[in-house]
Formats: sequence, C-alpha cells, structure tokens
Amino acid sequence: MANDVAIIGIGLHPFGRHDALSGRAQGAIALRAALKDAGIGWDAVGVAYGGSHDAGNADALCNDLGLTGLPFINVANGCATGGSAMASAVAAIRSGMTEFAVAVGFDKHPRGAFNPHPRDWGLPDWYGETGLMLTTQFFALKTRRYMHEHGISEESLVRVAQRAFRNGALNPDAWRRREMSYAEIAESMPVNLPLRQYMFCNPAEGGAALVLCPAEIAKRYHPKPIIVKAAVVRTRHHGSFEVFSPALAAQQAPAPTVAASRAAFEQAGVGPRDIDVLQLQDTDSGSEVIHMAENGFCEHGEQERLLRDGDTEIDGRLPINTDGGCLANGEPIGASGLRQVIEICTQLRQQAGARQVPGNPRLGYTHVYGAPGVSGVTILQR
Amino acid sequence: MSHPVLACPDLIRFEGDAPHLVGSRCDECGEVYFPATTSCTRCTATRMRTHDLGRQGSLWSWTIQGFLPKAPYDSGETPETFKPYGVGYVEMTCGIKVESRLTVADESRLKIGMPLELTLIPYRTTANGGEVFTFAFRPAASV
Ligand SMILES: [Zn+2]
Repeated sequence: MANDVAIIGIGLHPFGRHDALSGRAQGAIALRAALKDAGIGWDAVGVAYGGSHDAGNADALCNDLGLTGLPFINVANGCATGGSAMASAVAAIRSGMTEFAVAVGFDKHPRGAFNPHPRDWGLPDWYGETGLMLTTQFFALKTRRYMHEHGISEESLVRVAQRAFRNGALNPDAWRRREMSYAEIAESMPVNLPLRQYMFCNPAEGGAALVLCPAEIAKRYHPKPIIVKAAVVRTRHHGSFEVFSPALAAQQAPAPTVAASRAAFEQAGVGPRDIDVLQLQDTDSGSEVIHMAENGFCEHGEQERLLRDGDTEIDGRLPINTDGGCLANGEPIGASGLRQVIEICTQLRQQAGARQVPGNPRLGYTHVYGAPGVSGVTILQR
Repeated sequence: MSHPVLACPDLIRFEGDAPHLVGSRCDECGEVYFPATTSCTRCTATRMRTHDLGRQGSLWSWTIQGFLPKAPYDSGETPETFKPYGVGYVEMTCGIKVESRLTVADESRLKIGMPLELTLIPYRTTANGGEVFTFAFRPAASV
C-alpha cells in the first residue's frame, strides 16, 4: 500500500531495576539506540509521541536529545500508553505531517503494587479507603469468573507463568531469567486467589523507542524495515468488565480488546491464523489466558489444551510472549507496549538469538490492555 | 436505635435495622448503576432516579486480598496485623453486579452462585476509638 508506514529503528533499555538511572535517562538511552538503528539524527524527527506514568513528562527527553523545536506530544493512557503513542506516530506519517516520527516510553515505579487514587479515575474516596481499588483484585476477579464460565483450571495459570520464565531465561534483556518449576509457581504465595505471586508481573523500570517513516523510503534507512499493517486503539463500551468498576452492568459487553483486535485484522487484511508470532498483555497469567481468546487466537476454553500441548511455545504453532512478556520483563507502564513491538520486530528481523521463532516468521501481532479499559493492537509484517 | 458510622453513607439506606444498597436508575432505558450516577453510560441520558438495590444477591466472582493494600486504604493495619479479606462481585436481584468486601476469607467456603446478604462491618477505628463501617456481603442465613 502506498500509504504504509514502516518501523526503521528500535531501541530498548532493558527492563528491571536500575537504581543509578532515572526513568528519563533510560528513555533517552532507548531513544538514542532507536535513532542509531534507523541511521538518522534527532534533528530529522518531525514529531514525537511519548509517555511515562511515574517518571515525569516524556517531552523532558528533549532536554537530553536536543531542543529542536519539534512537536512532542505527551501520552498518558495507562498500560496502553506505548500502543497509543505508536498509533499516533503512524497516523502522523500517514497524514503527511512528517517523514520521521518517534514513539517512546519509559518509567520508574516504586516497589510493590500500584496504588492508584480514586479521584484520578472519577471514583469516590471510599472505594480506595475500604480496600476495593486494586488492579490485582480486578485481574483475579475477571480470571475467576472466566475460569468458571469456560472450564479453565489453575493448571493453565501455572503453565502461562512457566513459559514466560522459560522464555525469559533465553532473553539476555529480560529481568527474570530463572526458569521456575511447576510446583514453585503453583505453590507460591497467594496474592489474590486464584492468582499467586509468580503469576503476576511486577512494576519495573526501563525505556523503549521506535522510529517510523513512510514504507516507500524505509529501505534507505534499514535493510529490514517492518511494515505496520495496523495500529489500533479502542476504549471500553458500556457493560464490559473493566478494572476499577464498583459495579458491572447486568448485561455484559465484549472487552475493548475484542474491538481493537477485529479492527486491526480488518485493516491488515489478515486473520489470526496468519500470525506467526505474538505478544499478549500478561500483567498476570489469567489475563494472558483471557487475551488469547479475546484477540481471536482460539475459542473460549480452548486455552487449556493449547497450553498443555505446547502450542504457545517458541517452536509451537502460536508462539506467545517469546521474550518472556511482562511476567519476565516487569512492567514499566510507559514503555511496556513498545517493548512488545520491539520483540516482534526483533523476531521478524531474525535477530532473536536463542529465542528465535523458527520458520522465518512473516507476520507478528501485539496487544496491550490498560486501565480504565483501553486496548492497543498492532499487526506487523516483514 | 442509632445506625453505625459509615465510610460511605450515601450508599446505604436502612429499612429498620436492615441495610440496603442505594444506586440510581436511568429514566430513559432503565439501566441500574452503583454507586448512583448522574448520567447513563448505556444510552447517554442524564435523567437518573435513586434506586434501591435491595440486600440479597449471589456470588458472581471472588478473590481473597492476600496483602495489605497501600494508601488510600486506611484500615490502620500493619503488615503484621493485616488479615486477608474476601472481595467479590455480587449479582443483585436486578442483575447488576456490585463489588464488595465479603465477610468470608476462606477459599473452601466461597463458591460462585452461593446466596449472600448485605451487612455492615467495621474496617477501621478512628483516633477517638470509634469504629467506621463499610458494606460487605455474608452468606445468607439458611432458610
Ligand atoms: Zn439509559
């Protein structure tokens, strides 16, 4: 397509804990790496979209990279910040606004679970004060109901985590690089049952950046440009089961992920069966299980068999979270969605080393979900 | 008899001593909300009326809060004194599912579909020793 957009530069500051570095410094390292990968200078960039949740305004990166006067848009869309930044960068290039656009994210969270404040989300104080406003509770409640409705057992929750840490052990950039046994995960501390300690990802630190340009000129800058076939963001409808909901409507509606996924497949002109490697938001094991079906990769309830049969492993039919996902990399909110895109680019460029998906993968898929009900999906092609 | 001090007085009305949950209902499409809202996210109307959700429900989903939440949780507990508590969505008679604390925090005693009824539980103590209550659901008294 004449109007296609390509990714010509990727840069990552590995996720984890980096006491000596600010979140912004990690974003700057990632951004410089992405520019170097694309072979262009910061002064060539015509627009940038970036976000961080806990580490300050992303446009402060200009103080590191250079005050070139470019429009720099701060993005604040929760866990979907990276997906939103990328969708905006793609739209800017398609509109003809600029040749080179940047999507960047970084973060540095305090240790322990996130502690959102009710008023920031339009909710009454009692909701937080009485102990109902925790993301971990939501993931557990949605998972419990899903297991009940679709016959998923705890075994699937363990297998998702086990695969994440197995893949993380193959990824030199991962934070958690130790494989864990089935029993170690299944018997870990109950955090919010049915979800246990090693079934949850942790808030972390890191940075991630992309450089994008029109596809027709991409080969001048990178020998293996990755074409963005779709980059879609959707928010919730009335009745979907979302985080931070004091009540749920009598009649349920599909999650925003379902709408984002369908729109992305339609834009790209491909279906779930065409995807060779994928990233699904795995803030916890249960979410990944649910997201497999919400994104159209299987029927509800089929996950149990796919996980048991190894279909979601690196050498399986449906390789999921080949870099270890959020579970093995942690979640710096502003950067997390872009990490997913970077892993798919790495796989499609055949540069994933020990975790490389065999068979020369051609099409990849990424999915993020964030509060208060935002999903971002991309479909990428080499 | 005087009623307990509530963290969330707008959510509760009493019939005698029995607490009921209070929400709102859309005049246009009939959708029910909890807590009460001033507009309808289903049909976008803005004419809402107070609606009594009653006090009976059934357990729709549940978890057990296994760690002490950070602020704004203000129970006054420490990691040492913290006791895990149950949290669930409770399907009320009209179909809305209300997120609530549960009086039960024992996984062997929680089952999706079990009948529940509304109660009030103390969840923190003020500086002068008074107890502050919030709403919770407990297993319904057997018939
Ligand atoms: Zn209405």
